[in-house]
Amino acid sequence: MMKMDNELERIRKKKLEELMMSTEWPDKPQEVKDENFDDFVKKYNVVLIDCWAPWCGPCRMLGPTIDEIAGEYKGKVAFGKLNTDENRDIPMRHSIMSIPTMLFFVDGKLVDTAVGALPKNTITEKLDSLLN
Amino acid sequence: MDILDIAIIGGGPAGLTASIYAIRSGLKAVIFDKGIYGGQANQAPWIENYPGFDEISGMDLMDKMRAQAMKYVEIKDSENVESITKDDRNFIVKTSKEEYHFRSVIYATGSVHRRLGAPGEGRLLGKGVSYCATCDGFFFKDKKVAIIGGGNNAATEAIYLKKLGTDVTIVHRRDELRAEDSHKDTIVEMGINVVYDSVVEEILGENMVEGIRLKNVKTGDISDLNFNGVFISIGDIPQTELVKDMGVDIDDSGYIVVDKAQRTNIPHFYTAGDVSGGFRQIITACSEGAIAANSAHEDLAKPYWT
Repeated sequence: MMKMDNELERIRKKKLEELMMSTEWPDKPQEVKDENFDDFVKKYNVVLIDCWAPWCGPCRMLGPTIDEIAGEYKGKVAFGKLNTDENRDIPMRHSIMSIPTMLFFVDGKLVDTAVGALPKNTITEKLDSLLN
Repeated sequence: MDILDIAIIGGGPAGLTASIYAIRSGLKAVIFDKGIYGGQANQAPWIENYPGFDEISGMDLMDKMRAQAMKYVEIKDSENVESITKDDRNFIVKTSKEEYHFRSVIYATGSVHRRLGAPGEGRLLGKGVSYCATCDGFFFKDKKVAIIGGGNNAATEAIYLKKLGTDVTIVHRRDELRAEDSHKDTIVEMGINVVYDSVVEEILGENMVEGIRLKNVKTGDISDLNFNGVFISIGDIPQTELVKDMGVDIDDSGYIVVDKAQRTNIPHFYTAGDVSGGFRQIITACSEGAIAANSAHEDLAKPYWT
């Protein structure tokens, strides 16, 4: 068991290094999956994950807002999009029962959750308070 | 500054149809849309009463309408309309980015879900409380949910969730569902439970929905039932905030008052779709959009009040 844990840790570190090396700071939301979710939220200080699915109307409404904010907050907040249709583990872990749901992380820890297609300034106010 | 013929506020079935008719009749029009791409119609799991399609999902139908409208019209979907005012000649539409001037306006902003107003509703939103079965139904597969409401939307959502493999109970305040017979038959055939004469007193649960407290309106009895989810489908509220200061006539239920030609009491200001009340179906929204565009066209050519 111990050996396996070490092995997992080694793989995780390697993947994380690869991630760090491969991308610069993104100015648009990155696609995040169950597998790389933890690495992604730990890689940046402040992270917003937009949990969505293709069949969800309000998610479509929120999408362009998130894209716009991602451009404006480049270098300060990293944005990810998680498709809840294709990824089941993360929604289950965070007890997501409604989409769109936004998850806010600081230093890898979940600090806030918001449900629904919220207006842009409500989201940026949350981000600003996390940045200060 | 360019003055265009028509501002269409709202990109649901009414606004999209209005744009097609307006531009084909030779008018210059722009749609302002909040970016929901098709409005509430998007959230219908499926639609069986829009002629031409035996069965189509709300989202697919709205994608088609939008694609068709975009052959003609520019849809401004990244700027929010903040106000509509009128000077002595034109309408001034102020958005988060710019100010535009139009000769006429077709106001088709639709409606938003009505809230139940029961304790626990806001606190447990996203924790089992939902207003959109197509969005969230998937998370309740193999779980137990209550649908609050008794109209066509509530019935469709109940049937949709049942098909997903959810244990569904409809809770309705009256002794009979308002939904059309075809839905009622399906509800019986599928074995969906219905609790009549009951209103929700409270949505129960600490961090997650655990159940609802019901009050029987006839006997006054209170009972607690266990559920993992509560889907609220008790009608809609017309979105009239932007026109309240303009002096547009609004009826007691909150809908904008229109005549048969979709004209309001303000010259060159029309309305169509859910916000103008009536039957509030996709087909009637489209129809009203077409009529509004035609009236706008007629009035620009030859105002009826001169």
